[in-house]
Amino acid sequence: MHYDLSDQYIPRSSVVHQLDPRVKVVATLAYIFSVGITPEGVWWAFCVQFAYLLIVILIADINFLYTIRRSFIIVPFVLAALAVPFTTPGLEWIRIPGLEWTITQEGLIRLGSILLRAWLAVQAAILLSATTPVPDMFWALSALRFPKSLVATIRFMYRYLFVLADEASRMLRARAARSPRIKGVTRPSMIWQGKVAGSMVGSLFLRSIERSERIYDAMLSRGYDGQMRSLIRFEMRNSDWIFIFSAGLCLGLVQVFAYLG
Amino acid sequence: MENLHYSYPDGKEALKGVDLIIQPGEKVALVGPNGAGKSTLILHLNGILDGDGEIRVCGMPVTKENLGQVRASVGVVFQDPDDQLFSPTVFEDVAFGPLYMGMAEEDVYQRVDEALIAVGMSGYEKRISHHLSGGEKKQIAIATVLSMEPEILVLDEPTAGLDPRSRRRLINLLNQLPQTMLVSTHDIPMVAELFQRTIVIDGGIIARDGSTQGILADNEFLEQHGLEAASPW
Repeated sequence: MHYDLSDQYIPRSSVVHQLDPRVKVVATLAYIFSVGITPEGVWWAFCVQFAYLLIVILIADINFLYTIRRSFIIVPFVLAALAVPFTTPGLEWIRIPGLEWTITQEGLIRLGSILLRAWLAVQAAILLSATTPVPDMFWALSALRFPKSLVATIRFMYRYLFVLADEASRMLRARAARSPRIKGVTRPSMIWQGKVAGSMVGSLFLRSIERSERIYDAMLSRGYDGQMRSLIRFEMRNSDWIFIFSAGLCLGLVQVFAYLG
Repeated sequence: MENLHYSYPDGKEALKGVDLIIQPGEKVALVGPNGAGKSTLILHLNGILDGDGEIRVCGMPVTKENLGQVRASVGVVFQDPDDQLFSPTVFEDVAFGPLYMGMAEEDVYQRVDEALIAVGMSGYEKRISHHLSGGEKKQIAIATVLSMEPEILVLDEPTAGLDPRSRRRLINLLNQLPQTMLVSTHDIPMVAELFQRTIVIDGGIIARDGSTQGILADNEFLEQHGLEAASPW
C-alpha cells in the first residue's frame, strides 16, 4: 500500500540527469510557456516542439514512449475544453441534429491547439520528474527564489500526501466493514450517505491538522527556526549554460517563425 | 521541574503541580494511565509547551532565549515516527538536527554516520523515509535525535506497536545508550528490565517516585492507578 510520488524518478547516468536542477526547472517552465503562447493552428510549430522533447528524452536514455504513456493523466482535465468547438464563432462545419449545436472549423482548430498544448506541457513535466530526484527539485525551486512558504507547502504535500491517502483508505475500509447489504432491507438515503461522506472528509481534515501540529512540534524539537536549510548544492557548469542557452534559442526561434508565418 | 502547572486551551487542566528532579546518567521510566499527563509533561521538557512553574534543564532555565540550547540538549522522540520523519530521505532527516544547530558540513555528515551506526542502520541514508517498516522507522526516528548528541533522551512510548523482534532490538539499543533517559511507556516488562527508578503520574500529579522494584511489588498501588505488574503480552 505504499504509493510514492518519488517513483517517477528514473535513475540513469545521462547528460540530462546530471544537469543542474535549476536549469531543468527553468527549461521546463520555459517550454511550457512557449508551447502555451504558440498561436493556434500553427501545427508545424507544435511538431517541432514535440521533436525537441523527443530529442531530450533520447539523450536522457529513457524509453521514448514513457512520457506519452503517462501523459494520458490529463484526459479528465481537458474534458472542459470539449465545449470549445461549440462556442467558438466562425465558419459552421457540422451541425448536431436535434440539438441545434454547431461545431465550427475555428473551434476545432482551437480545440486541437489546446489539446496539443496540454499534452506537450504535461510531457515536459513528466520528463522533468523522470530526470530529477525530488529533493533536488525542491532545492532548485528555493534556489530560484520561489516563495519559501510555497516550496515548504509542496515539500510537505509530497511527503504526506500518501500518508493522508492511507488514512482515508483506512476510514473507507472501516465504513465498508460496517455497511452490510441485507436483502429486503432498504438502503439508507442518498442524503444520509452524503452526510456520512461529508463528516469523513471533515474528520480527515481534522486529523491532518493535528498531525501537522505534531510534525511541527517534532521539527521544533530538532531546532527548526523557520528557515529551510539543506546540504544540497549545485554549481552551474558549462554544460548547464550551454543547455539553457540552446533551449532558449530553439524555443525562441519556433516562436518567431510561428508568429511571422 | 518545580510545581509545574499546565492547562490546555480547551480548559483541561493537565498538570497540577509536578515536582521532579532527575540526575545526570539516571534512567527513569514514566508510567501512568492514558490521560495522566505524561505527554504534556514531556512537551514541557523541550519548551514546546509553556506552563506555569519552573523548569531547568542541564542547569539552564527553559526560557525563550535559550530554547535552541535546550532543544539541542534534550532529544525528544515522539510516539508516531511518521510525525518525525518529515524529510524526503533518511539522510536528510537525520541531518536535520545538526544542520539547524549550525554545524559545518563535514561535521553534519559525520554525525549522521555516527547516529545511524548507533541504531544499527548504516546504509539506510538514501532510503525514502515512508518506505520503511514500523520498527525501522522507530529506529531512524531515534537516530534523528541522536545526531544532535543530546545529554538527555526523552522517549514517548517507544515500544508501542512493535513486534517482539523489533521491540527486543529497541530495548537492547536503549540499554546501550549512555544518555540520561526519561521514557514514558505502558510496557511494564521493559520498565522492569531497564529502569531502576519509576515515576507514576496520575491525574496530573506524581503519585509515586521511587525504585521500580518497590513500585511493581505494590499491587494495591498499581491497581489504584490503572497499572498492572505484568504486561498484556
